[in-house]
Amino acid sequence: MWSWVAHRITGVTIFFFLFAHVIDTAMVRVSPEAYNTAVETYKTPVVGVMEVGLVAAVLFHALNGIRIVLVDFWGNGPRYQRQLTYGVIGVFVVLFVPFVWRHLTNVFGG
Amino acid sequence: MDVTIKILRYNPEVSEDATWESYQVTAEPTDRVLDALHKVKWDLDGSLTFRRSCAHGVCGSDAMRINGKNRLACKTLIKDVNPSKPITVEPIKGLPVLKDLVVDMEPFFDAYRSVMPFLVTTGNEPTRERLQSQADRDRFDDTTKCILCAACTTSCPVYWTDGQYFGPQAIVGAHRFIFDSRDEGTDQRLEILNDKEGVWRCRTTFNCTEACPRGIEVTKAIQEVKRALIFRR
Repeated sequence: MWSWVAHRITGVTIFFFLFAHVIDTAMVRVSPEAYNTAVETYKTPVVGVMEVGLVAAVLFHALNGIRIVLVDFWGNGPRYQRQLTYGVIGVFVVLFVPFVWRHLTNVFGG
Repeated sequence: MDVTIKILRYNPEVSEDATWESYQVTAEPTDRVLDALHKVKWDLDGSLTFRRSCAHGVCGSDAMRINGKNRLACKTLIKDVNPSKPITVEPIKGLPVLKDLVVDMEPFFDAYRSVMPFLVTTGNEPTRERLQSQADRDRFDDTTKCILCAACTTSCPVYWTDGQYFGPQAIVGAHRFIFDSRDEGTDQRLEILNDKEGVWRCRTTFNCTEACPRGIEVTKAIQEVKRALIFRR
């Protein structure tokens, strides 16, 4: 059940990110100065830390999405759903931990 | 050993609000939660109301939420629900509570009735049994185990919030006949479950599979019905 709850939460999070992202990208046609200000804000450490959250949300949503496809279309998917959940968590950790290390050294190392 | 049972009591004739009451009973670790409830009802507070008939996991009348999980009180041993802490007992969720642990099962049975849980055939009746190969019988063996206790349906977060959803049990009941080689009502049942409140409401949270006291792979049955709908033509 909790993978289902997390799937909803990360989905809505990504939706709101895309909403903001469409606005900031669209500003380049309306006002290039405003676009530049927005992109400058994105380079601050605060947004850098928020990006970690965004990558976590996208990564979990993508991996759990594959799990749901397997549960729907692979005959043995429902039987092994718990093992698939552990797989999702495993792949998530393997990809996410190196990313956080690399990303945060960039954000705070300059 | 001394065990504390914390029960969510509700009596609409006294108060609109449900309240938690704690009772101390002596029980063996190998006693069942139902035995502890009996001790409360018979020795401490006769007003406690709950359903139980056979008391041996066959009739399916004593499904309740024990320590936050749907189980049969008659199949749950005290030692398996951490008796060092108070054991919480609540009515199953998603159905109207009538009193204490008794809920109105009618919405649940209505959903079951609506999927035609009976053999549908055409033509003349045979003069002997309707024979079936062992493989054909095994195809739907899992879903014949259902005892209609409602533990699955009332563990489903979709059912909690959407009163129109058929619920896992009704789909299990339909699955039992959809995959029976002797039955001829498959198309009608699939059409009923193709409704927007039918199998497509399932979000595969697997709560039903974990709740089933008979070990039925409920979500797997629902997925099989979904796949039958997608690939039937």
